[in-house]
Amino acid sequence: MTEHTTNHMPRRATTSGLIGCRHCGSVWAQASDGAPCARCGTRLHLRKPDSLNRTWAWLIAACCMYIPANLLPVMITTTLLGAQNDTILSGVIYFWVSGAYGLAAIIFIASFLVPLFKLAALFVLVVTAQRRSNWRRAERARLYHLIELIGRWSMLDVFVVALLAGLVRIQGFAEITAGVGIAAFGAVVVLTMLASLSFDPKLTWDGVPDGDTGSVPPTQTTDTSRTSSPKDAVHEQP
Amino acid sequence: MTPVSDAWVCDGCDAVYQRVALQRRELAHCPCCGTELDRHTGTQHERLLPLTLASTVMFAIANLFPIVEIELHGLHSRTTLVGAVIALAGEGMSLVAMLVLATTLLFPLLQLLILLWLLVPWRWQRRAAGFAWLVRSMQTLRPWGMVEVFLLGVLVAIVKLSSLATVLPGAALWAFVALTVLLTVVMSFDPRGFWEMLESDGDRA
Repeated sequence: MTEHTTNHMPRRATTSGLIGCRHCGSVWAQASDGAPCARCGTRLHLRKPDSLNRTWAWLIAACCMYIPANLLPVMITTTLLGAQNDTILSGVIYFWVSGAYGLAAIIFIASFLVPLFKLAALFVLVVTAQRRSNWRRAERARLYHLIELIGRWSMLDVFVVALLAGLVRIQGFAEITAGVGIAAFGAVVVLTMLASLSFDPKLTWDGVPDGDTGSVPPTQTTDTSRTSSPKDAVHEQP
Repeated sequence: MTPVSDAWVCDGCDAVYQRVALQRRELAHCPCCGTELDRHTGTQHERLLPLTLASTVMFAIANLFPIVEIELHGLHSRTTLVGAVIALAGEGMSLVAMLVLATTLLFPLLQLLILLWLLVPWRWQRRAAGFAWLVRSMQTLRPWGMVEVFLLGVLVAIVKLSSLATVLPGAALWAFVALTVLLTVVMSFDPRGFWEMLESDGDRA
């Protein structure tokens, strides 16, 4: 799969002397890195500046917060029977034991598996990009898309706790307050989102033999095997 | 610096493709890494304004009315989104409160307001003030609006509470459901489309 993809890697902007604007999608020739886009004014960059360092910084910070997020209580329930501290996992266990398997699964996936998966996946992406590894580039690209897609859903637990804390305030009978853990948990979600936003997926493909040495703009090329038939790329919106 | 108008550069892998004119409902994906290259905008902005207006109305209902109400031993308690944020801030969780406020209220509201600001003058063939900056802000805000995640959070909270007390869904809950559906449609419009529209309509400024 990897070999197949690298063999058919089309011409790349870096080697063709082109820069694409990330914001408005325009393409420029003879533009220097850091110059503002003539259409929308965004600074043009071949790669996001300092991408790997920034991603590492956010990622390490997220890893540090992941520990308190799972160990400290996220929710404190005070009823007539006494106070009860809940961590993320104890909440899952509570639902599982009480028979709400679906709900237990949703919370377990969104609050425990997704952040863990995101940290691990970002780690893999950054390390392989740093080593300019040739390993499973297409799968790594898909992994990045997946991280971008699922990252936000970990905020679920933060919203649940916020809502419960606002709602269950019946003095004496039942009161729910937010625990410190939820602050750490929110930090993990935000930090991993910042990490995936500062990671440049183009770095995954750096080091691929380009196959095209000329700096002719793609528009002048008639060799369709190199510009990779765009018809393949077009399909119906769902 | 010269524009190359008939090329796409993939945001995911830097591959260069020959640009093709997209038909209605068509999308272009990079065959190499799967990143979306472009989508057809066409007349989408005409549908966008009424949808944005509807979203704004739903947004107001969703935030002004209580989301859920609980009843326990004859005692009632209910909350709006802002109420929950204030309660969190009162417990010394102001950072979490700000995070919730920003992702469920502030950012989605900003997105809707920016869209209205850009789309309303468009109907009279005018380009709104601060066009470039606002289109860019739209794209920056995009990952941070989390209304749909909040809706799932409300549902989980309701199930959690149902063992403790009687739960009565409020008007805002239905508004949130409608808002989630509307926002999904509105946000499927890529802000890049504004630049395409600008070009296809010639110089309007």
